[in-house]
This record gives sequence, C-alpha cells and structure tokens, in this order.
Amino acid sequence: MYDVEQIRKDFPVLAQTINGKPNTFLDSAASAQKPRRVIERMVEIYSREYSNVHRGSYLLSEEITSEYEKARGKVRRFLNAARDSEIVFTRNATESINLVAAAWGRKFLTKIDEVLISEAEHHANLVPWQVLRDEIGFELKIFKINDDGSFNPDEFHKMLNGNTKLLAVTGMSNVLGTVFPLAEMIAEAHKVGAKVLVDACQYVVHQPTDVQKLDCDFLAFSGHKTYGPTGIGVLYGKQQLLEAMPPYQFGGDMVNVVTYQSTTFDEPPARFEAGTPAIVQAIGLGEALDYMMTLGMENIRAHECAMTDYMHARLAEVDTLREVGTAAGKGGVFAFDMKGIHPQDLAFILDKEGIAVRVGHHCAAPLVRRMGYENLTRASLGLYTNREDIDRFTAALNKAKSFF
Amino acid sequence: MDISELIENFEFLDGWEDKYRYIIDLGEKLPPLAPEFHTEEWKVRGCQSQVWLVPHRQEDRLWFEGDSDAAIVKGLIAIVLMIYNDKSPAEIKSIAVDDIFAKLGLQEHLSPSRRNGLISMTEKIKNYAEVL
Repeated sequence: MYDVEQIRKDFPVLAQTINGKPNTFLDSAASAQKPRRVIERMVEIYSREYSNVHRGSYLLSEEITSEYEKARGKVRRFLNAARDSEIVFTRNATESINLVAAAWGRKFLTKIDEVLISEAEHHANLVPWQVLRDEIGFELKIFKINDDGSFNPDEFHKMLNGNTKLLAVTGMSNVLGTVFPLAEMIAEAHKVGAKVLVDACQYVVHQPTDVQKLDCDFLAFSGHKTYGPTGIGVLYGKQQLLEAMPPYQFGGDMVNVVTYQSTTFDEPPARFEAGTPAIVQAIGLGEALDYMMTLGMENIRAHECAMTDYMHARLAEVDTLREVGTAAGKGGVFAFDMKGIHPQDLAFILDKEGIAVRVGHHCAAPLVRRMGYENLTRASLGLYTNREDIDRFTAALNKAKSFF
Repeated sequence: MDISELIENFEFLDGWEDKYRYIIDLGEKLPPLAPEFHTEEWKVRGCQSQVWLVPHRQEDRLWFEGDSDAAIVKGLIAIVLMIYNDKSPAEIKSIAVDDIFAKLGLQEHLSPSRRNGLISMTEKIKNYAEVL
C-alpha cells in the first residue's frame, strides 16, 4: 500500500511553509527533494565515518571505500546492470554525456558517420554533440516528433541508416513528458550497427529501469533528480565499451603504473573517476536509490500515473490553459501556456501562493521554440506529490487569471 | 504622479495582492514604446523577462522610456521611471533607490531574481547618466 501522506513525512522540506503557505513543490523534474534518511546518512558519514577512499591503510578509509563501492552496487541493482564495474560515478548526467562524447566519441566517430538525436533533447544531450561535430565533422541528424510531442516512428526510421554510429536520445522529455519507446528504438539502432546512449534523467525516476532488457549501450542520470544529493551522477556503460574507451580526465585514482615519462591507466570504472570522487554524495545517492527501491519503482509509477491523470483532469478545467506535449502515456511533467499571461508573471503569483514551478526554456530552447513558444511554465510531479498539491496549484492558476 | 505620492498610495494597500494589482495597473498605463526600440540594442541584460529601456536627453535632464513583455515587470519599470525621469545626471546618481524600494515594500515582495532585474535596470540608468 503506497501511503503518500506517510511518505511526505520522510521529506522535511515539504513541511516548510513558503510565503506563509504550504510548500507546494512542483519542480521535482528540475531537482527533487531529499528524504530524511539521505540527509541523515550524509551527516553520519561526515560526523563519524569520513576519510578518503581507495588510498588509506587504516580502518576509516577501508570502511568508507567499502561504503562507496556498496553505493556503486546499489546503482547497479537500481539499473539492473550486469556488473558493478559498468557503473561510473560522475558529477551529473551532463558530465556523463560529455564523458561519452569526449572518450567514446573522439575515438570512434569519424567524419563519414552520423549521430542521431531527437527534437526533444535537453541542451545536455544536444550541445556536446554539436561541439564534437564541429571538431570531427560527422553529421548531426535530428529526427522530428509530432506536434503533440509524441514519438513518430516514420520520422525516426527516415533518419536512421547504415551511417548512424550513435543514437543519443532522452528516455523521457523534460518539457513534454513524452516517454520514448526505448526498447524498440534501441533494437532498430542496433540493427544498423549504431550504439545507443540514453539520457535517462527523467526516465529513471518514474519507473523501473532495466539496462539489460533495454540493451542500451550507455545510460546517464543525475543523483539530485532521484532524491539524492547534488554533485553526483551516473554513467552506465557496457563493460566492453568502457574498456575500449580512453580516460576522460587524468590524475590520481585512475592510474596503474606511473613514471615521469609515461603512465598506464586503470580498468573501468576507476579509469573514469580521476581524483577524489564525491564520496559522501555517492553514498547519499545509494541511500536515495535504496529508498526508492524500498518503496518499489512499480508502486511509484502507479502513484505518479494516478497523479498525472488527476493533474490532466484539473488542468482541463482551466479554460485559458494550453498544455504543451500531450503524448499518450506521458510522464508527470506538464509544460503549459496560459493565454495572455507571461510565464514570469504567472510564476510570481504561484510563488506567492507557495507553489514552485519552473519558467523559461527548460534548457531545451530549440524544443520550446519548435512547439511555438519562447517561454513555458512547467509543473512536475514527484513520488510525494498528492492531490492537495494539485488542487492548490489549479486554484492558484485561477487566481492568477484574475490579475491579468 | 511622483514617487512620494506613490509611496503614500502604497501605504493604503494591504498585502502583496493589492500591491501587485496596483503595480500591474501602473504598467498598463505606461506610455507605449515605439516598436523600433524593441531590439537587442535597447535590451537590459540580467532580467528574466525581456526589458527595453531607451534614454533621451533634453538639455541637462534625462528621461527614459521602457517596456517589458511581462506585466509585473512593466509595472516595476513604471515605478523606476517615476523615480528617475526628468532628473539631471547628478540627481540620478544621488538617488538612494534602495530606500525608495524599501518604503514601497518591494524588497519583501520580490524574489531575489526579480530584485536583480530591478538592480540591472537602475544600474543601466545610472550608466546612461554617466555617459549621456
């Protein structure tokens, strides 16, 4: 039984008042709140267990190394990866994607190749490929989506061909909420010999993820969107791909034999974790993933689907509101425009009512423009969102209408 | 209306809702900015919405026209222009604008990013006072 009221008590921030109003936090797609056990685990480490990892010959260092590596194991379980060594800790999904572009892309992409992305990518899965294209000279192709934000298989197939070396695609759009049919797309891409990178920032938070079943080659996500700390992200990569990749950054903790003249590099994942990693954040992330897995990803999905349906029903009652992105089966991300109200003005009124939403281009400016806007307001759901949040939100939207 | 009248009027307004309805009203009454000024050249950077500010000089006095695509910001521009219009560069530099915003209660009712937008606008005006 998924008791959302009980679950809300796990998140201290949700009990705060904002401008004298209940905290109605509808910006989890930007960054999610943290459950108490994540906060407490991190405080506990700093208070009693802290030291550096992979170096010390003393008890604290051995123990924290073990905790750090256990966190890697939790990420493996969360993604159902085959091996712990396929999990690389990064700063965030942006760094994960940049790592693939710099290490895999520079080695394996040539100017006769094509990289295929969708129209619905976050800047983090667009700009690294533009920059690498300018360096290497491959073609960056972009497949179109439908006007309602849904996936268009014809457009996808039109762009996929024998020259496609990499498909880099989001699992779920951070603006439109569209969930892409990853398994089918990955199978099609593999048929033409392409590798597949999934930007899974929004995807992994809302449903179970099985990288072996999906058969993706790389998958990136950020810890702070999965109810974990900031400063920690994950790159999953298939073992043989990671082994074939050169290091991304150079320094301590990633080397084998170092002389003044030359160096040999460690195996993955250490090869890609140069320098002292975000130790406490990695362990905090492990705790957050444990929290989600204990609640059950299927249960989280079922709750969020119910809240998504409820949000749709309530938004339909606001007559001047137009939802942008209405693909069937979309996740709990609602970008919208309210006729005659600038999103900045709307966000101001909502803020005064204690409601957090995001305004602007959502780090996907080409997509927002492609949908016909410069700015959109976005409300997004988390595992703690309840009906009262949505009721307060729609009441505030109606109130805002009276201002303008 | 000058700024001291505005401060008096604001004192009669209860809470943020009435204040902001009033600010939006001020923005609606702002004289329109000619379309040819809605360009990058006249944009104020550092604002979350689009803000345009155009300076004019008549003898030793400066006055400004402004516009925004957001209603609340447009009202804030109206207030900023009420503070600075028809002043000499020396007067502009001597105005303690933070005190005025505090008297209006704008400090407590604006988010930090919006306050930054206001600061960008007043900095731009002071900058014009230096160079014009």
